[in-house]
Amino acid sequence: MTEEIIIKEAPEQEISINMGPQHPSTHGVLRLVLSLKGEMVQKVEPHCGYIHRGIEKMTESMTYQQIIHLTNRLDYLSAHMNNAAVCLAVEKALDIEVPERVKVIRTIIEELARIASHQLWWCSFGMDLGGLTCFFYGLRDREKILDIFEETTGSRLIQSYNCPGGLMADLHPDFQRKVKEFIVYFRKLLPEYDELLSGNIIMMERSKGIGVMTKEQAISYGMTGPSGRGSGFSCDVRKHHPYHAYDKVKFNEVLRTEGDTYARYMVRIDEMRESMNIIEQLIDNIPAGDFAVKMKPIIKLPEGEYYQRVEAARGEFGIYIISKGEKYPYRMKFRSPNFSNLSALDALTRGHKIADLVAIGGSLDYVIPDIDR
Amino acid sequence: MPFTFSIYDFTGFTQWIDATLRGACSPFWAVLWEMVIVGVLFLAFYAVVGLYLVYAERKVCAFIQNRVGPNRVGPYGFFQTIADLIKLLMKEIISIREADKLLFNLAPFIVIVTSFLALAAIPFAKGLHPIDLNIGVFYVMAISSMGVVGILLAGWSSNSKYSLLGAMRSGAQIISYELSVGMALVTMCVLAGSLQLSVIVEQQRDLWFIFKGHFPAVTAFIIYMIAATAETNRGPFDLAEAESELAAGFHTEYSGIKFAFFFLAEYMNMFIVASLAATVFLGGWMPFHIPGLESFNHVMDFIPPVLWYIGKTAFIILLMMWFKWTFPRLRIDQLLNLEWKFLLPISLVNILIMAFIVLMGWYIGL
Repeated sequence: MTEEIIIKEAPEQEISINMGPQHPSTHGVLRLVLSLKGEMVQKVEPHCGYIHRGIEKMTESMTYQQIIHLTNRLDYLSAHMNNAAVCLAVEKALDIEVPERVKVIRTIIEELARIASHQLWWCSFGMDLGGLTCFFYGLRDREKILDIFEETTGSRLIQSYNCPGGLMADLHPDFQRKVKEFIVYFRKLLPEYDELLSGNIIMMERSKGIGVMTKEQAISYGMTGPSGRGSGFSCDVRKHHPYHAYDKVKFNEVLRTEGDTYARYMVRIDEMRESMNIIEQLIDNIPAGDFAVKMKPIIKLPEGEYYQRVEAARGEFGIYIISKGEKYPYRMKFRSPNFSNLSALDALTRGHKIADLVAIGGSLDYVIPDIDR
Repeated sequence: MPFTFSIYDFTGFTQWIDATLRGACSPFWAVLWEMVIVGVLFLAFYAVVGLYLVYAERKVCAFIQNRVGPNRVGPYGFFQTIADLIKLLMKEIISIREADKLLFNLAPFIVIVTSFLALAAIPFAKGLHPIDLNIGVFYVMAISSMGVVGILLAGWSSNSKYSLLGAMRSGAQIISYELSVGMALVTMCVLAGSLQLSVIVEQQRDLWFIFKGHFPAVTAFIIYMIAATAETNRGPFDLAEAESELAAGFHTEYSGIKFAFFFLAEYMNMFIVASLAATVFLGGWMPFHIPGLESFNHVMDFIPPVLWYIGKTAFIILLMMWFKWTFPRLRIDQLLNLEWKFLLPISLVNILIMAFIVLMGWYIGL
């Protein structure tokens, strides 16, 4: 008797994997539900809300001075920019012109914060790709900036240095010297970043042509900041809607048209150089004067709607206030850059491998408290 | 037989032990006793080397990363890994309900036993060579490729998706890179004309093979280093663990001493591939000799062979640690491309070149 051997081809099965909320490369408590075929990612479904704190609701029972401290807790790496957004909104609403000195100092600190944020991004991007050494190189340099912050603003990570009408305190006498020293130091060490990671053949293979996003797609997803500029979307708020002292300095908006992970990477590396250029132009020209204008202890915004946007380290941070003339805002809405950038993750990663998902996630540079608010 | 002991030649010493044992009991028991002695010595050696490789890696990576590294337990943190091991021994061994119990418990033992067995054929010094198999190179290759069975079983039996992905990656990776390791070693065996490790070492008395075989030997060495790093699942080829992608890959579900088994086996495998590289390419325990410079050669002879062996192995291990802490990780398809499209064709051509050179007598020699 002959036995018939039937070979059935097993149907290709999609498996779903929970990546997070506890996972080394989701950079926090983000949960991604992946559908995989083998190693290929078919679908990514981000589930937010694991550290939702209801900050927008909390602001409805807080004065504007208090809200500033809450905005620190959104994107903690660009805390200074978030503070500035609230201050600018309040100052615009009350028609207060802050002194030139305040504008310049705010700009310098903001650019320092941007460099620090991009350094930390570089650390974690290196780690996502498996190059653990990057982490320590980036943090070594970031430490210098945090030391400067500690001296002048009183704290290292979330400074709350801005307040409506100006700054909390004047500059530390060592500030200018230390910033200049840092610029000299970091100009020497930034090429080290390129040697270690940017020029590495494995890194280029891993990131070039991975997660390509066209300009149209980037605009439709609302990708801003370095992630959007990597796709050629000119979205730098500092350029298009200048605030602080950005209209007085010369700097280039870093744009790349490739739209892949490597482009997003290089935009951030080049932005660190541009930030140093901005600081160099301003550090010797800090005008003398007051560091704040006198404000009333209780700020009441006139009835109306106000919107202010700033360029945070990860993109456009917007703040929308509806005031009924009370000391508390009636409603406050934050437009956080990470939330929009995360929405593009699914489109970016389809058809790529898990390893690419991690690299793309790293290049989007999400900060989870900013997504969940 | 009189008792003799020399740091330069252990042959007399080991023969004395053998003769004494054979004089005291029957041949069967003598062999059994020898096995027990070698086994106990190896267990101790295994523990010490495994622990201190972990310590060395932590210090080396700390140096590369601008850090201090372990420095609390003992002078320069010298006993840190021992403290870590005690911690791992005392930790609860978590057993998973859905796991395949038998395979889940068996996997760490397969991994650790294979790395243990491969040690037996390594010549540590003159006369300090547990088994001098006439197919020594083949034996080490065969045994070290068994380790992947343990890794596959670990990933499969944990019944976890991350583990499974890690195990499947590891399977594809090790099976591919074994070819290149084998080809690189075969290239050198063509030059040596033997698979016996003691013969290979003895032939490098005048000049190490990496110099003797010049161009193809250097190519084979580079291929061997890349492929051996991949075969031991170390960075930049640590896809099976890939902590930023798969949490911990195939050993995600293991805890306590079972995890320590995987961990130690990884370092032991690194030690074995490094020893094999030192033996086949860099002359094993042979001192560095330059033909013609007799006085220089005599000075080199004063350094004990064990130190030569340890030094060369340590050098290769250092190279592998350097890779790991400098490069980002490859992706699985790039990894396989590298092997099948580049390393394997190059090493095949390399064997032909080497065979031709040996045939024509164009190698550097006396």
